[in-house]
Amino acid sequence: MSTETEARPADAAPDRPGAINAVPVRHPGRWVAIAVIVVLVAMLVHLLVTNKAFDWSFVFEAMNQQPVINGFLKGTLLVTVLSMVVGVGGGVVLAVMRLSDNPILSGVSWVFTWFFRSIPRYILLFTMGTLGILFPQGIAFGIPFDWKIIDWLGMSGDWRFFTLDANQVFTGLVAGVIGLGLSEAAYMAEIARAGIMSVDPGQAEAAEALGMSRGKVMRRVVLPQAMRVIVPPTGNETIAMLKDTSLLLAVPVIGELFYQLQSIGSTYYKTFPIAVAATLYYLAATSVLMVGQYFLERHFGRGFGNKAPRAARPAGAGGA
Amino acid sequence: MALVEIKSLHKSFGSNHVLRGIDFTVEQGEVVCVIGPSGSGKSTLLRCVNLLETPQEGQVIVRGEDITHPDCHLDEARQQIGMVFQQFNLFPHLSALANCTVAQRTVLKRPAEEADRVARANLERVGLSDKIEAYPAQLSGGQQQRVAIARALSMDPALMLFDEPTSALDPELVGDVLTVMRKLALDGMTMLVVTHEMAFAREVADRVVFMDGGVIVEQGPPAEVIGNPKEERTRTFLRRVLDPTHVEPTP
Repeated sequence: MSTETEARPADAAPDRPGAINAVPVRHPGRWVAIAVIVVLVAMLVHLLVTNKAFDWSFVFEAMNQQPVINGFLKGTLLVTVLSMVVGVGGGVVLAVMRLSDNPILSGVSWVFTWFFRSIPRYILLFTMGTLGILFPQGIAFGIPFDWKIIDWLGMSGDWRFFTLDANQVFTGLVAGVIGLGLSEAAYMAEIARAGIMSVDPGQAEAAEALGMSRGKVMRRVVLPQAMRVIVPPTGNETIAMLKDTSLLLAVPVIGELFYQLQSIGSTYYKTFPIAVAATLYYLAATSVLMVGQYFLERHFGRGFGNKAPRAARPAGAGGA
Repeated sequence: MALVEIKSLHKSFGSNHVLRGIDFTVEQGEVVCVIGPSGSGKSTLLRCVNLLETPQEGQVIVRGEDITHPDCHLDEARQQIGMVFQQFNLFPHLSALANCTVAQRTVLKRPAEEADRVARANLERVGLSDKIEAYPAQLSGGQQQRVAIARALSMDPALMLFDEPTSALDPELVGDVLTVMRKLALDGMTMLVVTHEMAFAREVADRVVFMDGGVIVEQGPPAEVIGNPKEERTRTFLRRVLDPTHVEPTP
């Protein structure tokens, strides 16, 4: 054996083995899986095409009704956008408060998050629709406790600038957006907090050393980097919000997609096609959102990872 | 008047008393290198000069203003003090140029063209005019540290702090950064440098400060402190640094 190993290096090249008779690796499992899936897909297509219960013409006709389209545009899309604006804005503010050195701000943020995360959205929306009962005289904007102060000073009248009818505030889409937005803010607060904490503390130090104020450090340096961590779960939250708009029924909101579809369904005694119509609407809207999320992630991911930003040339590895 | 004056500075992290009464000054145009074993408090001292660490006791006076005083506008004081970190801490979401302009724009309120001009001039000064559009992740460690120096210089600071600027670099990249720092020193920049580069300290520093155990043990011209140290602790440290394979004789 020793002679063999010693002899090798000298005449290694002539000793090289010839090309092997290579056979591609076989994957029998894949072929079995493909066969099973082809059969299942064929069954599904057959079901979709031949089963009368689908009643496709009715599905598309129901989807095309003006109240349904309005319900989708206002009740689903508009409420999703507005609730997410309230939710993301509120969530970032809550996260910054939660991470602040000020124990009052931090405590308030914690209580808010605790409260709104504890309530199921359906019940929260139901409650929002009934809140008007708390303010029979409306919601006034002015000096707090003005009637007490006026009484104490021996004066009369009021110090109120304008009054909203509470039963109009806590109704319909407005109540829905307030409820969904506050609930979302509680969840977004945790997501934003995780994002802010993911940024290396050295970043804030470097920015402070340049003379930036706390607010500038947050806006210019920390949040743009936190967005990389915040955006993907926010995409999930937006998709979840899109679906949770169907809970607006609890407020109640009548101009909402599923409510409108259901009322058509119950008029014509066709429940199943209505469910299919709603599914198609939500599938389409979610797909669009996922495309948007891809572009947002690409925007906030610049400067990180291997994908070079389009503007810049990849740099050489040398230190010259 | 000294540019920086530090008076009986004390700093503890919990029960760990890191700085135990530091008094020293940096004059305008002076290059001071702080050396010492790890854990001696030299980085903490540097971070106290722009109050990234808040000392428990003592004063830090920059250009006659006590920046440890609660009424001091810290953000304004920090504008005059550039800092370079061991880990660079460049903003990864901004290009090299934007790293150098962001504070000029938001803090000094310079117009875009002026900020851009200053940033380009400083990137050229550190030899990186060809990397202006690059993001930090596309640069080597040595290049990143030079961008960090350009970023600090773009604020036109009166004083530059360097916190072990070459310790996180591959050995072959150290030279580029030290060359930039040497040039800065020759240009008359006031510099306070925490470093392990004895050759650099010996060549460039006007004064070397040796710290150990949270106090200044010895300070003076580099030829004296590094070349002919008086204190035993300094001698022990320098033997270890200059000859890492040296084994202490067991008593």
